[in-house]
Amino acid sequence: MDNNEKRTIRISPVTRIEGHARITIQLDEKGEVENAQFHVNEFRGFEKFCEGRMYTEMPVITPRICGICPISHSIASVKACEMIQGLEPSYTGDLLRRLIHLGQNISSHALSFFHLSSPDFLLGYDSDPALRNIIGVAQKFPDIAKRGIRLRQFGQEISERITGKKIHIMGIAPGGMAFPLSEENRQALQVWIPEAKMTVQTGISIIKKYMEENKEMVESFANSPSLYMGMVGPDGEGELYDGKLRFIDEEGNILQDQLDPARYLEFIAERSVEWSFLKYPYYRPLGFEKGFYRVGPLARLNVASRMKTTLAQQEFLEFKKIGNGKPVHGTFYFHYARLIEALCNVEEAEQLLANPAITSNDIQTHGRWNHPEGIGCCEAPRGTLFHHYKTDPSGKLISVNLLIATGQNNPSMNRSITEVARQYVKGSDVKEGMLNRVESAIRCYDPCLSCSTHAMGQMPMQVEVVDAEGKILYQVERG
Amino acid sequence: MSRKKLATVWLGGCSGCHMSLLDIDERILEVAKLADIVKCPVVDGKELPEVDITLVEGAVTSDEHLEEILHIRKQSKILVALGDCAVMTNVTGMRNYFELDDCLNTAYKTAISNDGQGEMPASPFVMHLNQKVVPLQEVVHVDHVIPGCPPDANTIFYVLSELLNNRIPDLSDVKKLHYG
Ligand code: SF4
Repeated sequence: MDNNEKRTIRISPVTRIEGHARITIQLDEKGEVENAQFHVNEFRGFEKFCEGRMYTEMPVITPRICGICPISHSIASVKACEMIQGLEPSYTGDLLRRLIHLGQNISSHALSFFHLSSPDFLLGYDSDPALRNIIGVAQKFPDIAKRGIRLRQFGQEISERITGKKIHIMGIAPGGMAFPLSEENRQALQVWIPEAKMTVQTGISIIKKYMEENKEMVESFANSPSLYMGMVGPDGEGELYDGKLRFIDEEGNILQDQLDPARYLEFIAERSVEWSFLKYPYYRPLGFEKGFYRVGPLARLNVASRMKTTLAQQEFLEFKKIGNGKPVHGTFYFHYARLIEALCNVEEAEQLLANPAITSNDIQTHGRWNHPEGIGCCEAPRGTLFHHYKTDPSGKLISVNLLIATGQNNPSMNRSITEVARQYVKGSDVKEGMLNRVESAIRCYDPCLSCSTHAMGQMPMQVEVVDAEGKILYQVERG
Repeated sequence: MSRKKLATVWLGGCSGCHMSLLDIDERILEVAKLADIVKCPVVDGKELPEVDITLVEGAVTSDEHLEEILHIRKQSKILVALGDCAVMTNVTGMRNYFELDDCLNTAYKTAISNDGQGEMPASPFVMHLNQKVVPLQEVVHVDHVIPGCPPDANTIFYVLSELLNNRIPDLSDVKKLHYG
């Protein structure tokens, strides 16, 4: 059967996700979903245009890849620079970077849950699209909306209190930080902690209630097994800022552990595809067909042996029960995982803010250009991020390779929407709420498409069912 | 005063300008009192109706962006270029110093993590990139600009509240503007 004979459903753009994308659902002649493709439409070209610049510019240029996780880019970038310089950050510099990174993770997870996803849980997937957003939530549940907004604000304020800016900060520099944290600002951040904890816990109770009341949907929602990768600390504890990599298979067996991120090329390869600007990475040892793995909060909780902090550890044990000791594959659980992680982040931020060394002025060490090549890695909110630079003898970049979190979830996102489409779209019977579910499969991954193509689309949402002659049989539009 | 319709659109940018818009935090609810937010990356409306004000983040990088910005101009009484990418292409325009094909090859063919078996993105479902990235005012009339990468949340809120109250924002006060 060639393409013309297939019926095509198109969702464009996918809303309430962070990026430019569109989905095509192809039906076969019987009206069954044959295939779904997730198209990402944006390209910015960082790998090329950074060539010829000094490597030291990268911690400031690369955050512009993405306004949601700019700190992760700065951190992966600065680590690559430090490898080039043969340099370790100062103790306090390291603590401050860790704190800023936690702040970003908290604000990004707050955005994903409260601003983008909670409307589906609190107002319903089939509720009025004009109100299915954070402002709609604010009308019905003003307290929850406000607290979600404030949780994000807390995360952003950490950056601001240290560097004077919330987005695209300056000051994460090779050797540590360019700015210290003042005692006044430390105290101003500390007062946020109890509220932030409570808000994350409110989020957790919302998602748990939803999971309890919608068991069947939650369990069956895009639940195919996959491999997982994430960063862990020396004892296998979940780690975002600085650790080693662990891969597990779909049964939960550890495939690789304590892997130095600098060896990423041995384990990860990517393939570009014709129908998206987002590449398809895979676990190299198993090849393109079998090697798809997931990253991000669900993956991180699946690979981790434990969480670092008390409250998060309690939730983590409950999370582990879902899989009965095996990895949790249901894509819906991304939401739960994200909140458990946010809880851990708030607790860890609390510990850091209580560490007397956090306000030390010993924030930076100095070094020079020592090695031609550097690889930096950290966990961005959406998954593991790699920056890899090669320089010439004057320190100019000759090659830049960026392996981005969302990209690594691309093969699985595509598979998840295919599964959801098969479940919820039957022939030409396409209802608004069903489409929203297809989109929400994507939203579970909280993809940051800005990032992944270093690169959202704004055509009216259109669903077309086209017959064998290419004639439109049926059309739904959402305005 | 009648309720206004407000839209925000994301073209070729990093979403940082939209994140800075969200950094107005709870004041978003004040904005929602004066205006219906009819289109924005965080709401579900997909089609752009006629609106009073549209904030546009990002530069024009593709045929889709061009089509879109022309449509936005037609639908919007006031068009605001939000952030350095929209105003002067900024980082999004850094690829202008290179051939588009070189940029694409570096990402999709020669990147060291690529397996060498891929294809260039070229299906009818993906956009067609323009050779050069251009700022908004090169293709449409822009009524107001808010520079910054991203512009500070207070500045964005100031501009929005002036426009929503039928006043012309005055950004000549340097304190509202800063580089980087
Ligand atoms: S101006 Fe800066 S923050 Fe805004 S889209 Fe461009 S790079 Fe991102």
